[in-house]
Amino acid sequence: MADVNAKKILLDPIADNNPIILQVLGICSALAVTSKLETALIMCVGLTAVTAFSNLFYSLVRNFVPGSIRIIAQMTIAATLVILVDQTLKAVAYEQSKPLSVFIGLILTNCIVMGRLEAYAQSNPPLPAFLDGLGNGLGYSAILIVLAVFRELFGSGKLLGVEILPLVTQGGWYVPNGLLLLPPSAFFLIGMIIWAVRTWKPQQQEKPAFRIQAGQIHGVEAH
Amino acid sequence: MAAKDSKAYALWVAFVLCLVCSMLVTAAAIALRPMQQAAKLDDKRKNILRVVGLYQEGMDIDQAFKQITPKVIDLDTGEIVEQIDPATYDQYAAAKDPAQGGQKIPGDADIAKIKYRPRYATVYFLYNADGTPRTVILPISGYGLWSTLYGFLAVEADGNTVVGINFYRHAETPGLGGEVDNPMWKKQWTGKKIYDESGKVALHLVKGGVNPENPEAVHQVDALAGATLTSNGVTYLIQYWLSDAGFKPFLRKLSAQHSAVRTAGGE
Repeated sequence: MADVNAKKILLDPIADNNPIILQVLGICSALAVTSKLETALIMCVGLTAVTAFSNLFYSLVRNFVPGSIRIIAQMTIAATLVILVDQTLKAVAYEQSKPLSVFIGLILTNCIVMGRLEAYAQSNPPLPAFLDGLGNGLGYSAILIVLAVFRELFGSGKLLGVEILPLVTQGGWYVPNGLLLLPPSAFFLIGMIIWAVRTWKPQQQEKPAFRIQAGQIHGVEAH
Repeated sequence: MAAKDSKAYALWVAFVLCLVCSMLVTAAAIALRPMQQAAKLDDKRKNILRVVGLYQEGMDIDQAFKQITPKVIDLDTGEIVEQIDPATYDQYAAAKDPAQGGQKIPGDADIAKIKYRPRYATVYFLYNADGTPRTVILPISGYGLWSTLYGFLAVEADGNTVVGINFYRHAETPGLGGEVDNPMWKKQWTGKKIYDESGKVALHLVKGGVNPENPEAVHQVDALAGATLTSNGVTYLIQYWLSDAGFKPFLRKLSAQHSAVRTAGGE
């Protein structure tokens, strides 16, 4: 029973309750770091580590932290982990960390991190909290990897820097789609992924917040 | 211990949490610093080796870098300054420090939009077997569209022929201005001449591609498609750093030395 539960906590955020496509969180970094697969992968590892461990550590101390300062406490723990990730990357993968520079620091402001701390780690024991963070990190990673594969492959004809589609400019046949290298393309792609997933799993569709009915048009005035 | 909802308890928890977190951050920063500095230095060296075409993936950088000798030069006179240790001198930091000869560049002269000019710059020599300079590698920087581009330009000992160019840090648009990293584009620079007959900096980027029939072609490189502002930035930074304010006095000395050696060798 406990095993089934753990598996559900871990796997749910990947397809059924994905932070990007269902909760629509963490969009900004998904736009910014997915023009190359390599940078996207590093970002995935960084964010997954931060969500998983901040959930774990916060859950460990959650019973000691008074409600009045819980958000600050969550942020302090998450910020510490972000700095650790940033420092480690600069030491072991300097060249690859350069294009990510500011986005590693911005993991802290990624809504997924704070969202999971407040929504889950605040009221659950350490192990499930850790799995929840890990699962949400992986759910984010899954979308980032899909975006990055698509963008790098069709935007520059490469994957992880290895040429797959030979470019016209270098004597091949493929004319790259420059739009895919710009951030808005990720926005369109995320939109299409959300559409596809919600068609496949209709239970993810949201009810319209408001629907105009016949004769009601004069009723909706300034709110 | 105070009650859980008291202010004293909240302060106490905040204090302990901050203390533990700050100790972790400090420990990580101190423990990782040597690795970070080594990684940074390796990265710089890699880029210097790249600009002269000596870099291969997976090579021993320390070993390869032994061929290259850094020296600090005085930009005003073009002379080598032996008193300053190139291992510790940072020209980008020194540019902002009047004590180290740094100066603010007057607005109309600041075509590369770098704001500050150092008095001394670190250049890298690659020598021939007989000890005469073969190539010098010059640090260059200037503003593009979004960011300052930092890079190296390698010039032959004649002080006029480009060997290669490489930017190691910038944040231009990937696929457009970011194409300054494209090896095909960088290849075009090899063999281009910097100065025209009158000694003016003639090297620049041209829109629409270089016409090889044009007598000016030897001073021209294709501009980057879809990246006018980055291309202009590259032209301006080349013009600035190779002018009298930049490396021209040094390159003049180098070329005088070079032709002296060649004449002597020819006799």
